[in-house]
Amino acid sequence: MADAPPNPWLSAQYLRDNAGDVLAALGQHVGLTVEAVVIAAAVALPLGMLAHRRPRLAGPLLSTAGVLYTIPSLALFAVLAPYTGIGRVTVLIGLVLYALLLLVRGVLVGLGGVDPAVKDAARGMGFSSTAMLWKVELPLALPAMVSALRLATVSTVALTTVGVVVGAGGLGQLLFRGFRSNYHAEIMTATLLCLVLAVIADLMLAVAGRLATPWRVR
Amino acid sequence: MDIVDEALRWLNDPLNWSGPGGVLALTWAHLWISVTAVALACLVALPVGLWLGRRGRGARLGVVVANTTRALPTLALLTLLAASGLFGSTATIIACAVFALPPLLTGAVDGLVGVDHQAVDAATGMGMSRWRRLWTVELPLAVPVIGAGVRTAAVQVVATVPLAALVGGRSLGTIIVTGFGTLHYGQVVAGGLLVAALCLVAEGLLALGQRALTPVGLRSLARSDRDSQHPDQRDGARRRRPPRGREPSGPSLEQLPTQL
Repeated sequence: MADAPPNPWLSAQYLRDNAGDVLAALGQHVGLTVEAVVIAAAVALPLGMLAHRRPRLAGPLLSTAGVLYTIPSLALFAVLAPYTGIGRVTVLIGLVLYALLLLVRGVLVGLGGVDPAVKDAARGMGFSSTAMLWKVELPLALPAMVSALRLATVSTVALTTVGVVVGAGGLGQLLFRGFRSNYHAEIMTATLLCLVLAVIADLMLAVAGRLATPWRVR
Repeated sequence: MDIVDEALRWLNDPLNWSGPGGVLALTWAHLWISVTAVALACLVALPVGLWLGRRGRGARLGVVVANTTRALPTLALLTLLAASGLFGSTATIIACAVFALPPLLTGAVDGLVGVDHQAVDAATGMGMSRWRRLWTVELPLAVPVIGAGVRTAAVQVVATVPLAALVGGRSLGTIIVTGFGTLHYGQVVAGGLLVAALCLVAEGLLALGQRALTPVGLRSLARSDRDSQHPDQRDGARRRRPPRGREPSGPSLEQLPTQL
């Protein structure tokens, strides 16, 4: 085996020849991540607000989410797959469940961290508790919620790759195929795309968070 | 349910438990890899973390490192290592150790930085040398936070090891991956249940271990630090916290394990 074919880690040739595959995997990855984070956020916000209003619920809610979070994704996908099928639905359910803990905690931390003096002032100005939640507490909780959202998004980008076990892993698909065929360029491309995707998503959310809280001076 | 039946039958078959590919052997391999990875990571992260913490710096560093490693999928690191010729247990141990570093580092730094300055001053006033102060005052006081870091890291490693099955590492994940490969969904579910059970048991045992390691005087402190899960039961007979203290205490979001 003197002349093993070259197997570079980075190859423009690979990108040119497989642009369609790479884009399809990237598209699936982005789609899964966005859907999962949006659904999780849509569930987590009311749950977090409810738990904030009814503190009795906070403990059970967080411990349930904590137990779910302890279960590895591979096991979760394995248990879900026979019921929800091989494919993106299974992955999506898993991703939403994992993002949920981070987001609910983010909402609770944010709402719990609001300065009581500010709440007193709002109450003194005649805000009802609902108005206070929407107009005072939620805006003030926004920074904590945004940082939880960033964390959840970055984790979801990484986690999506495990979806490969049920055939819908986005870039994980490329990782695994590259591993199977010992194709270095494919593995490296997928890895770098994952990192780039995470960084871009994180930056976008950071900027959005900054824009949404113009009163914060940094 | 059909599949549940199949899973139960799989779990009930003694042949699946014994032998080199049996559940017992795989659990053993799983635990061995996990312990080695955590030990390796501790060996690297704890001295560095203690050093950074003593200098009172780098409290943000762990968080930054942790957030960066979150973006790198474990699966990517595993396939990268496997493709560079490192197969099986070695690759798994290295990858898991890398991902165990951030929580350990954060724990060590935060633990030392968080030690009450008055206690340190008192120790200095009593004439303790720097090393003596570190060993007899600062470290014991930092144990709850360092322990929380080790626990987070260990739980995360136990949960990550199954993934290595995808690139040929032997662990309980092997059952799941083989099941998917051979379309035996009962086996897949059985493997999933076994992995989940192992992780939950590991989490519980580590919680107990952490409690045993914590100096008695600090236990109530450690409890209020860690047990975000049951804020109501936590206080027991003691005074309930004022209503403002409702925000979950316990590890900050950054210290939660990377889920994989």
